[in-house]
Amino acid sequence: MQTCICAPCGILGYGFPEQSFQLALEAQPDAIVVDAGSTDAGPHKLGAGIAIVSRMALRQDLNRLMLGARKLHIPLIIGSAGGSGARKHTLWCMEVIEDICHEIGWFPHIEIIWADIDDREILAGLNEGRVEKMSPNVSDLTPETLARTNGVVAQMGAEPIIEALQTGAEIVLCGRAYDPAPFAALAMYRGHDPALGYHMGKILECGALCCEPGTTKDCMLGLLEDDGFTVWSPNPARKCTPVSVAAHTFYEKSHPYELPGPGMMLDLHDCSFVDAGDGKVRVTGSQIRYMPYTVKLEGARRIAFRTFVIAGIRDPLLIAKLDEVERGVEQSVRLSYGDIPPERYHIRFVHYGIDGVMGPLEPDRTVPHEVGLMFEVIADTQELADAVCASVRSTYLHYGYEGRKSTAGNLAFPFAPSDVSFGPVYEFSVYHLLSVDSPTRLFPMERLSWEKDAQPPAEERQER
Amino acid sequence: MRSRRLKKDRNVDMARLGDMAKVLRSKNSGPFEITLDILFDHPGQYRRTIESGVLTRETIAALYHIPLEHVTVLVAFDTALGIKITYLRDVSSGTFGDRDVYGAQQHAPLMELEIS
Repeated sequence: MQTCICAPCGILGYGFPEQSFQLALEAQPDAIVVDAGSTDAGPHKLGAGIAIVSRMALRQDLNRLMLGARKLHIPLIIGSAGGSGARKHTLWCMEVIEDICHEIGWFPHIEIIWADIDDREILAGLNEGRVEKMSPNVSDLTPETLARTNGVVAQMGAEPIIEALQTGAEIVLCGRAYDPAPFAALAMYRGHDPALGYHMGKILECGALCCEPGTTKDCMLGLLEDDGFTVWSPNPARKCTPVSVAAHTFYEKSHPYELPGPGMMLDLHDCSFVDAGDGKVRVTGSQIRYMPYTVKLEGARRIAFRTFVIAGIRDPLLIAKLDEVERGVEQSVRLSYGDIPPERYHIRFVHYGIDGVMGPLEPDRTVPHEVGLMFEVIADTQELADAVCASVRSTYLHYGYEGRKSTAGNLAFPFAPSDVSFGPVYEFSVYHLLSVDSPTRLFPMERLSWEKDAQPPAEERQER
Repeated sequence: MRSRRLKKDRNVDMARLGDMAKVLRSKNSGPFEITLDILFDHPGQYRRTIESGVLTRETIAALYHIPLEHVTVLVAFDTALGIKITYLRDVSSGTFGDRDVYGAQQHAPLMELEIS
């Protein structure tokens, strides 16, 4: 048995060349599967309910994918809607899909799979000892942290998506999903080895990144067979090589060949990657080890508000004593806000040209001739962050240090005004594994109703 | 222009890892870890790097000024001609105190490692 999957790009909304996509459709794939998710852009997207891509970019990609799926009568599966895959992100993506459906006059069977996890579910897990942090540097999850977290999602595995495919859905829109899961679901739905499905999904979910030259913004095809699979890009300019495909398993993973996922561990140690000609690579030997079923929880909370300033420093006398000057600046500012509890705000100085990128981890401490300075104040209100940052800026600008000759000013601001009142700052407050008794129970499926002119229920519309 | 790199007496048989590797990169592996990938074109260079014994958890801990126990993974994968090193972040991605939200610019110190 063979199953061919088209992965148009690495993140829905990143775009892909029309010619590549048309060539991919000519290969008669059995499904179009696209991942939309990532935590790479930090906790803000999940915490604030913001998408990774613009609505315009999402609409452009979706329009082309939906037309392709309709033409070939094949399912379109979207993983981690809106990037973070929470209800708000999923509804945002759903709304664009509905708009397009009305525009092209196509009213397909759409199943939505939600990935939001109710606090009560997590609290029960905490009480029963079913919650474990992902790594030792993750904060403990407590009921208090959970209460301050702006909603938690879990990464679904393949199982809920298989159930959606079994209903005959033409579009499956998933909330947060383990990136390879939508690919594995199609594979498993059609009776293929889950190990091959997950491994091929792991490669295809990044679009053509496993090719040379690699990119997330081009199409890939994967052909599953009984004993292995073959991957290639329909774009003849991009070639897969055994090393490029093998090396892709490294990408954004903690371990090179052991890839933990929902309820399993993918073991690629004994895989073989063979050149199949024409820029294609055939993969065999992917193995899966089933584990007690866990899902990864993700949640973000707002921790503060930020105001920051960017400035340059060219004076070598000042560059030689930045740390001393900044200690003095902070002391002076804190003194002038003596009535405000000191823990209500934090000040940080970052020196590009010295250790701006790596901080304490930087091994090269060569003194440069100029320094890019960024300083920020975070505080429990935006007003306080603005006020303290303005004081840091004016104090730093005129700070009189020992041996100073440039008595007119210490900082070169590229912009006027100099202070950027930035808004909320988030952190990943939940990054834990939850042991579950069922791979599907936490991920309810809902069929989109096209009645009442395809409007979703009123309560959902209010949340947009 | 003054070279920023410290001048050292260099043995002609030594090679910079940055010159030998085809891919030398860093990236988040989740918001709480950074992972370093060193990938090679040629099996010879891959083997030479491994056999030099330079790449150890101790080397990484010393180079990055981090505790040894924070270097959680250092594994070579022959099939991919690659070595992966993963360490724990001090500050999780994108919150206050972070300097590299994607973790994409933490690889440079590896380039200067000398491989015998």
